[in-house]
Amino acid sequence: MFPFDYIRPASVTEAIAAHGQGEEPRYLAGGQSLLGALKLRLAAPSTLIDLARLAELRGIRRDGACWVVGAGITHAEMAVGVEIPALAALAGSIGDLQVRNMGTLGGALANNDPAGDHAAGALGLGAEIRTDRRVIPADNFFLGMFETALEPDEVIVEVSYPLPCRAGYAKLRNPASGYPVVGVFVAQTGGEAGVRVAVTGAGACVFRLPEFEAALEREFSPAALAGLSVPAGDLNRDLHATAEYRAHLIGVLAGRAVAAS
Amino acid sequence: MRISLQVNGQPVQAEVEPRLLLVTFLRERLGLTGSHLGCDTGQCGACTVHLDGRAVKSCLVLAAQADGRSILTIEGVASGETLHPVQQAFRDRHALQCGFCTPGMVMTALDLVEHLEQPDDDAIRQGLSGNLCRCTGYRPIIDAVVDAIRARQAGG
Repeated sequence: MFPFDYIRPASVTEAIAAHGQGEEPRYLAGGQSLLGALKLRLAAPSTLIDLARLAELRGIRRDGACWVVGAGITHAEMAVGVEIPALAALAGSIGDLQVRNMGTLGGALANNDPAGDHAAGALGLGAEIRTDRRVIPADNFFLGMFETALEPDEVIVEVSYPLPCRAGYAKLRNPASGYPVVGVFVAQTGGEAGVRVAVTGAGACVFRLPEFEAALEREFSPAALAGLSVPAGDLNRDLHATAEYRAHLIGVLAGRAVAAS
Repeated sequence: MRISLQVNGQPVQAEVEPRLLLVTFLRERLGLTGSHLGCDTGQCGACTVHLDGRAVKSCLVLAAQADGRSILTIEGVASGETLHPVQQAFRDRHALQCGFCTPGMVMTALDLVEHLEQPDDDAIRQGLSGNLCRCTGYRPIIDAVVDAIRARQAGG
């Protein structure tokens, strides 16, 4: 790691002020991805601004028809603290025990790893990401590989998840890294949003499948997906899986997610 | 920067560089070499310690992040000469060969024993998935965790 300064602000306002002063500042949440990147010298921030313990980011509560989870809540805390079973199970399936005890929801969303589990949960449920300055619908948040709608100094405060009628998440884990090769989150909501299907691990970042959603709106069952397929064209291809295999997995895992919901 | 924390129940104060990893702080500054630095990439779990009561990989935590918090390492688990029930279960089940992964395995097992309601094989396998044993002695390790959970249940 290159040397850096470390600041632990007392509030989100202080954190943003500190960000304004640094040469190349970077927010630190749980650090489970960022510290690895620093060791590899993939990033060389001048200052790390530690957000993990800010009380403003540590709430978790039911609010009417939503569950609202603070950005500083760890995956382990979310796995036992959110009464949306599919989302709790998703949080409890991230990485491994030690990573879940440190890694946070806000850190995972802001990092937007192409194979991030939380991205699938947020997009699949149509969550709203509330920052220090605005509310960003999940549909507008995930822009590309490790790229989000956040401004450089913007801080995620909390995420509001609408309670679904039914939801399920299914993934194929890479046995070495634990990251999903492909993961599919499916949710049926009571309102106009209908059915949402979000796919992680298969593209540059999480994305929805309108054809799958329409089919499941007609009939919410794995059988409704028969005959549907995703073109392999732009999907990820690497040493773990070909694009064609990932396309195949999307269909299989979408069916399993529906069955699990 | 100056940090102040609890390590195995003792208050510790030190001047550290912000980039110093917690594992390096524990091993090289405090001489607590039981937490092993295996892979330094967050994959092997040999450096697992408890941060405020939960298992974390100390190679993926800065010493600065532990400021004001409480750390438990393998050195703080036994009471004097008496092994902790989790350590005793590892011993009884011969749940180690070369021993390199053992401190991390025990620290993760402690978290599991405290948080798992039932000695469920799948949940234990999942729970230990962040710790690698290159001697492949997983079966006895799982048996040791099952024993420790049963002992906890029996002891109320």
